[in-house]
Amino acid sequence: MNSYDIVIVGGGPAGLAAASAARDAGCERILILERDRELGGILNQCIHNGFGLHTFKEELTGPEYAARFIDKVLEKHIEYKLNTMVMDIAPDKTVTAMNRTDGMFSIKAKAVILAMGCRERPRGALNIPGFRPAGIYSAGTAQRLVNIDGYMPGKRIVILGSGDIGLIMARRMTLEGAKVLCVAELMPYSGGLKRNIVQCLNDYDIPLLLSHTVVDIQGKERVEGVTIAKVDSSSKPIPGTEIHYDCDTLMLSTGLIPENELSRSAGIDINPVTSGPFVSENFETSIPGVFACGNVLHVHDLVDYVSEEAGRAGQSAAAYAAGHAKHTENADIRVKTGPGVRYTVPTTIDTVRMADKTIVRFRVTQVYKDQYINVYINGTRIQHKKKRIMAPGEMEQVILNKTQLAEYPNAELTIAIEPEQA
Amino acid sequence: METKELTCIGCPMGCQITVTMENGAVVSVAGNSCKIGDTYARKEVICPMRIVTSTVRVVNDPSDLKKDPVKVPVKTSADIPKSAIFDVMDVIHKTCAKAPVKIGDIIVENVANTGVNIIATKDYPGK
Ligand SMILES: Cc1cc2nc3c(=O)[nH]c(=O)nc-3n(C[C@H](O)[C@H](O)[C@H](O)COP(=O)(O)OP(=O)(O)OC[C@H]3O[C@@H](n4cnc5c(N)ncnc54)[C@H](O)[C@@H]3O)c2cc1C
Ligand code: SF4
Repeated sequence: MNSYDIVIVGGGPAGLAAASAARDAGCERILILERDRELGGILNQCIHNGFGLHTFKEELTGPEYAARFIDKVLEKHIEYKLNTMVMDIAPDKTVTAMNRTDGMFSIKAKAVILAMGCRERPRGALNIPGFRPAGIYSAGTAQRLVNIDGYMPGKRIVILGSGDIGLIMARRMTLEGAKVLCVAELMPYSGGLKRNIVQCLNDYDIPLLLSHTVVDIQGKERVEGVTIAKVDSSSKPIPGTEIHYDCDTLMLSTGLIPENELSRSAGIDINPVTSGPFVSENFETSIPGVFACGNVLHVHDLVDYVSEEAGRAGQSAAAYAAGHAKHTENADIRVKTGPGVRYTVPTTIDTVRMADKTIVRFRVTQVYKDQYINVYINGTRIQHKKKRIMAPGEMEQVILNKTQLAEYPNAELTIAIEPEQA
Repeated sequence: METKELTCIGCPMGCQITVTMENGAVVSVAGNSCKIGDTYARKEVICPMRIVTSTVRVVNDPSDLKKDPVKVPVKTSADIPKSAIFDVMDVIHKTCAKAPVKIGDIIVENVANTGVNIIATKDYPGK
């Protein structure tokens, strides 16, 4: 059986950054396995600009951002296989994959990095019983069709869901000559960035209908129209508020979910809140030597954070493959979510192994104005920082110091969003 | 006097800003919570600018335009006036580049007289 120091599953921005950082950390034998016909992951279809502002101080398009990381991987002569689907990861880190030239093959790895990204939530969100005529697309599928295959899914379009991909697609379809009739959003607010609401909807006079959903789809072979109604505070459609649209396409922008079938069958513990693996401060999952980064870990809205986290995962995997950085017994701090915090990554910190600083990223549960991010260890407040605005759509972070944490081995650390007095 | 309403894109607060104008000049800006909103609003009401991204057709063999419907992603090399977006898209729709294309290659010069070029954002080595 072939063997490698590190096998990376997925050649998107996470896999690429992890590979590059692992090589910089001195790891020789690295292999990236990618099921698509090219490297770059989902960024290949995200042709709009707005990527990389944090990393490169300029606004790149998705393919341009990907190219910078692909170039690094090529320059460093890191091996990769395209059109190669990973089928199984065994707990002993044997990776089984398949492609047309090699057939089915297995590789023994010292460390594995999971970088499979995310996929769109299934249509379940659309609670309409009965048949499904042609002309219903997820926004991500439509994005791939238009931007990579050069095929227009339709001419008159209704979009359900106002996440960023839906907003971006509303503009994209309009520029390609389609008429986007409206974007309907079940919630009373949009989860998309303000910038996208202004530049993708307002610029083209596309109405955003908040607290609305699709209640009926007309057409047998192909979509001929949809009916949209207002919903009450428990998301139930309100009779008498129906609006009908003649259209040939319904696009669903229902959000993303980490792609963790492989991780689950390997027996890795998955956090039910993020649908990604639980990891420690070095991005190690519950199986020693298996690391996770990027959207497979938790859904990111900024690819810059994906690259940065993946770089740290790559370094950790390189250290593990070289036999360093083993987990220290009884030195863990458990990271807990306090009021207002939906989840954190990581959920444990090894206070001996950790670098001088570690970043804990988290999401808040709702919009908060003029509130504080408080960090407690065993009940003692160690950080207190005011934020003018926090929203579920924007990832927040706290930076923890090793010298401070080292005083509290085996402790519980809690992050909470609280008003001044609490 | 006329007023224009806009949403600041500077941060998730998304302040609703009201700009009061007279004879095409800004008289006052209200509703913003910080300086970023003021700057944004003044620029946005006088001359809103946008980057345009899209795809253009690229062919391996110019004698047979129908044969390969490959697309390569492109962008305007700088922002252009919002009012010129559809003129720029017209040119993009009519353009057909010839393979190979390198990232950064100029595909259309001075698109729709904006003084800005259309450049490729990805390599296409050709067949
Ligand atoms: C449809 C869609 C649109 C998006 N649009 C935006 C946007 O507009 N702006 C933004 O900032 N972010 C966007 N995102 C988020 C974006 O995905 C992330 O910022 C970033 O691409 C995550 O990088 P990644 O490497 O973790 O995942 P990905 O880019 O998804 O890469 C994962 C890679 O793993 C491969 N893979 C998966 N399973 C296997 C397997 N079993 N074997 C081999 N290879 C495998 C996939 O083919 C893919 O290439 C979008 C995501 C999706 C799904
Ligand atoms: S005005 Fe300031 S606070 Fe308000 S949205 Fe703009 S940047 Fe944010």
